[in-house]
Amino acid sequence: MNGPHDLGGLHGFGPVAPEADEPYFHAEWEKRALGVTLSCGAFGAWTIDESRHARENIPPAIYLAASYYEIWIRALETLLARHGFVSGAELAEGRMLEKGATPKRVLTAEMVPAVLARGGPCDRPLDTAPRFAAGARVRTRNVNPATHTRLPRYARGKVGMVETVQGSFVFPDDSAHGKGENPQWVYTVVFDGGEIWGEGAAPGLTVSIDAWESYLEPV
Amino acid sequence: MHIHDHDDDHHHDNHFSPMEARVRALETILTEKGLIDPKAIDVIVETYETKIGPRNGARVVAKAWAEPDFAAWLKQDATAAIASLGYTGRQGEHMRAVFNDGETHNLVVCTLCSCYPWSVLGLPPVWYKAPAYRARAVMDPRGVLEEFGVTLPADRKIRVWDSTAELRYLVVPERPAGSEGLDQEALADLVTRDAMIGTGLALSPEARA
Repeated sequence: MNGPHDLGGLHGFGPVAPEADEPYFHAEWEKRALGVTLSCGAFGAWTIDESRHARENIPPAIYLAASYYEIWIRALETLLARHGFVSGAELAEGRMLEKGATPKRVLTAEMVPAVLARGGPCDRPLDTAPRFAAGARVRTRNVNPATHTRLPRYARGKVGMVETVQGSFVFPDDSAHGKGENPQWVYTVVFDGGEIWGEGAAPGLTVSIDAWESYLEPV
Repeated sequence: MHIHDHDDDHHHDNHFSPMEARVRALETILTEKGLIDPKAIDVIVETYETKIGPRNGARVVAKAWAEPDFAAWLKQDATAAIASLGYTGRQGEHMRAVFNDGETHNLVVCTLCSCYPWSVLGLPPVWYKAPAYRARAVMDPRGVLEEFGVTLPADRKIRVWDSTAELRYLVVPERPAGSEGLDQEALADLVTRDAMIGTGLALSPEARA
């Protein structure tokens, strides 16, 4: 979707403001927000792609004004309600009103080290050969789906070169919407700065994205 | 949202910010339902405050500087090479290492969200997740680098890696002059978090001292 999350090339946000000796958390609630988000992710009720799409669907004016942990919490509330774990009425009242859905698992303190160490690999074997080889010239498709995609707007309809065939991975555009994993080959595709930004592009700049096969067509 | 002029009506949360109140309410509901274990949250926070942070990545870089065989392995199969040091897991499942040299400087961004190699760098800094960096890194990387106090030679090429899939990128900065003879722990002291994102360079031994 062409949401507020797709920020590459936008103007007007001012300088980057790195903070010297930045703490990992700027408030106690950020710690809880991280932990609650990861704990609920462990339910196994939604994919990382569905959670990213929930964040992208936050209204633009709110998204751009929010800290990242606020974005996480707003999206988490949406996911919990969508999957029947917490109702809107419960969120409004701040207490449990009904039991709700039962998750596949509840993350306990003892489980945390193993769960974090395992992560969530999303490479999947494919028995078809990659369509493109390293060195191939490709054009990204010019598409504007209202649904989830990982093809950023700035890199649509652009000609680049396949640098590396990275393996086969869950296809987020389907996975975000409960349509299955449908893995595809993923390629690192590199573009000249001028192809993307045109006149006035920074000299000596190249930009790469990691693109699923269906984002690409041969040139 | 609460109207702060009427705080007297809201004794239960009037000392909390809106986000504090919101997260506290969510955690309360989830705990009442038995869906989360508050102690699990404590362990997660402690893990990322004390165990998983940029020191992991710095050790990877130091080893690559000191051992050419390891550097070759890191270039070929970063996930396995990094796992050999015990750094695996969440948001580091599929690692790639990219090496700076005299020709090219590498810079990593996630324009679409906040993808970041947690297993080697820990939690991302706020600026990495904020709009200014995500908007400009792909278009004006030199301008961004200036804001970090980094000025590259005019002829240095810049390669920006937008982390749009599940690959997570670790930048291996150039080994600084004057670091010959340092052991790997001392070398790791020269490797900053920002150097491994590409918004910084490795420190010289004099700068570190």
